Amino acid sequence: MAARILFPLGVVFIIVAVALVGGSISFLQPLFSVVLLYVAFAVFFFGFMARVVYWAKSPVPFRIPTTAGQEISLPWIKWSKIDNPSTTGGVLLRMFFEICLFRSLFRNLRSDLRSGWLIHSPTKWLWFLALGFHYSFLVIALRHLRLFVQPIPGFVETLDAVDGMFQIGIPPIYLTDIIILLAVSGLLIRRLCLPKVRFISLAADYFPLFLILGIVISGLLMRFVFRVDITAVKALANGVVSFHPVVPKGIGAIFFVHLALVCTLIAYFPFSKLMHMGGVFMTPTRNLANTNRMAYHENPWRKPPKFHSYEEYEDMYRDYMKEAGLPLEREE
Amino acid sequence: MTKELTPQEMLRIDLTPPNRDWMDIPTVIKPGIYCYPAKPEKVEIVGMPNPHVWSPLDDDWGLPDDWKETFLNGMRERLNKHRSFKIFMDICVRCGACADKCHFFLGSGDPKNMPVARAELIRSIYRGEFTRAGRILGRLAGGRKLTEDVLKEIWYYMFQCTECRRCSLFCPYGIDTAEVTIIGRELINLFGLNINWIQEPVANCYETGNHLGLLPHTFKQNVEFMCMDIEEFVGINIEPPFNRKGAEILFVTPSGDVFAEPGIYTLMGYLMLFEHLGLDYTWSTYASEGGNFGFFTALDMAQRLNAKIYAEAKRLGVKWILGGECGHMWRVVHQYMNTFNGPPDFLEEPVSPITGTRFENASSAKMVHISEFTADLIKHGKLKLNPKRNDHLKVTYHDSCNPSRGMGLFEEPRYIIKNVCNNFYEMPENTIREQTFCCGSGAGLNAGENMELRLRGGLPRANAVKYVHERYGVNMLSCVCAIDRAVLPASMEYWVPEVNVCGVSELVGNALVMEGEHERPTDLRGEEIPGFAKAESEEVTKDV
Repeated sequence: MAARILFPLGVVFIIVAVALVGGSISFLQPLFSVVLLYVAFAVFFFGFMARVVYWAKSPVPFRIPTTAGQEISLPWIKWSKIDNPSTTGGVLLRMFFEICLFRSLFRNLRSDLRSGWLIHSPTKWLWFLALGFHYSFLVIALRHLRLFVQPIPGFVETLDAVDGMFQIGIPPIYLTDIIILLAVSGLLIRRLCLPKVRFISLAADYFPLFLILGIVISGLLMRFVFRVDITAVKALANGVVSFHPVVPKGIGAIFFVHLALVCTLIAYFPFSKLMHMGGVFMTPTRNLANTNRMAYHENPWRKPPKFHSYEEYEDMYRDYMKEAGLPLEREE
Repeated sequence: MTKELTPQEMLRIDLTPPNRDWMDIPTVIKPGIYCYPAKPEKVEIVGMPNPHVWSPLDDDWGLPDDWKETFLNGMRERLNKHRSFKIFMDICVRCGACADKCHFFLGSGDPKNMPVARAELIRSIYRGEFTRAGRILGRLAGGRKLTEDVLKEIWYYMFQCTECRRCSLFCPYGIDTAEVTIIGRELINLFGLNINWIQEPVANCYETGNHLGLLPHTFKQNVEFMCMDIEEFVGINIEPPFNRKGAEILFVTPSGDVFAEPGIYTLMGYLMLFEHLGLDYTWSTYASEGGNFGFFTALDMAQRLNAKIYAEAKRLGVKWILGGECGHMWRVVHQYMNTFNGPPDFLEEPVSPITGTRFENASSAKMVHISEFTADLIKHGKLKLNPKRNDHLKVTYHDSCNPSRGMGLFEEPRYIIKNVCNNFYEMPENTIREQTFCCGSGAGLNAGENMELRLRGGLPRANAVKYVHERYGVNMLSCVCAIDRAVLPASMEYWVPEVNVCGVSELVGNALVMEGEHERPTDLRGEEIPGFAKAESEEVTKDV
């Protein structure tokens, strides 16, 4: 059990240590910045595509939506158009709520057995932590665009302004930094402390959490403790994006730690459970319309069934059928 | 085993899993939690592989020498056939949202019955045998090798899932344990390791046309027995048509309704309804099974059994098909039948001959649910109903898993019940509709030897029934599923002894005022209805 937790934690520490060393040695810096970034993004891009293609190669032989509301039925019966969609628009809305608002997770209940009664009560913690984590991650990723894109796009500036509007501390701390720190910690504590979740957790579940926690902490350290030369970082990022990479001098080692953790996460992504990001779009229980009896759904590998035909049946039981007065195809 | 456990003892459930690696917890197959193995002759009839005598309690399960290769090849083949399987193997994040959604976990506390853990039994093979990381890092990557013990564990837990899909509702990625179980069972069936409670109905259904193996004349006789009861309790003589060519509608229902209490009362409800309407319909002794235990075996077996329905509709030249109350039958009919054996272009879009309503939601598959059909009749005022005849009942309604999460049939049965009963009470909201709990014995697990598992799995449903029983005095649990009708009585007897089980069509039959009926002091079970002794029955008649 402990190995599941300690192994991924150890791996993260090793990455941190190696990056610290590598980032401090100037001739290794290109390897720990430019090369790592190119490799990580290439692995991510091709790995992601390959996984999606691998999934897409398998057909969807049956239309199996999980129906979460009233079917389309008689005209006077109120139909649940989103939770049990029978139109493309309905499916799109269902997918929107699922992907953007984590609809299914919002349904979550906790079931407890108390003095002989099973109590099922709504619980929103997981939904709340997941939503907080994913959205703050997204906003932070978008904010980082300011390093790569010149001139800085307007929406990035706006995002930055909104995210930093509380003006707490100098430099001001971003709201999303606080949220992601709390959310990832919450998700980790949950995994470590809730017996059911702990029981099912694998190293592959702890690893991304430790990685992301490392990324967040190293990012905050860079901003508040070991300040790095942001102009130099920006020059490096611009160079990478324009395929004219340069490694400016004087970027602190902590930056290379942050970058190494990010690159590990990106490169690890296509081979891990993080692919739920792609998979959630393709899951047949959510992305299909419940038009099951309305429209034919073809199974590409369907074979005509071998079944006991009526003729065989009648041949087998003709005498009984005759005696019982059942109509026959053939009398003999 | 069960017989010795009182409900209080059974309720000592610890829902906290041990602080150990699940791969280190050995699986011990316990009596009362498993079903007897398939008899070789029943495997042979349908031409499935490796028929042999074996026992789950033996060390040697009689596996063929190349079983491991067969299993892995079978898995590879299914990964290539089902996108669902591939995605569900890859994207689970083990968030635990499904963990306490399973009735078997809630009733047993066995942590491997958390849906995520049950799926991990197979996912660990996928990782350990199919992915590079898993092959190299083994357990650190969540992978393990396929061994005989692992196969036995998979066998044990694939038969502790009723494919009810409740977990799938709560999964943020829609991962459906039913898909995993369906495929897991297919793999198990490559070695003749089915359970007999599934295999025998499959073999019967294949040859005689129904799970119970009722021969043509017996099937007809059983239905006619019910007509005699109707004559006695209602005073109407019904001569139902069988295998009649040229009828407008073919009626197919699970054979359980033809055979045993309380399903037979539901059957009486159908017969009375059709007689009252003067419906131009027919029964078939050949396609005399709506249910489909093939679905619990392998998808191609489900297809082979299901093929008879369209074949018979074609032979008889009917226009469309009406289906009785059944759970997994409707999963198959709604989500698989058209793809399996359709499209049935020789049929017509279903139109109610009584109301003229077109059932547009069935325009391609051409099969209509009896609740859709009946709700439409009531809405159009075509039935004369006296709900007072159900006044001795305080009714609640159990949404069967498959019509709920594999179709979305929620309002029709409720509309019917509210029109034929005066006392209707819903169970707590997190236990009904799409969140409904399984009866605990679906997917072919309703064998007697499996009773402890069934009662444990039945706990969440029974617990909700107990709530409305204590609060409102509910004494009748209605449902639209033949397996429910077969198994919930045992669950009720154990957990909530004062509650009986009925089909919705039985309630319709009770309330239906038929032309030419005599005084009806009793319900369809022959039990006296208080206040209906002699000449009271015509007092209050509600025209709907």
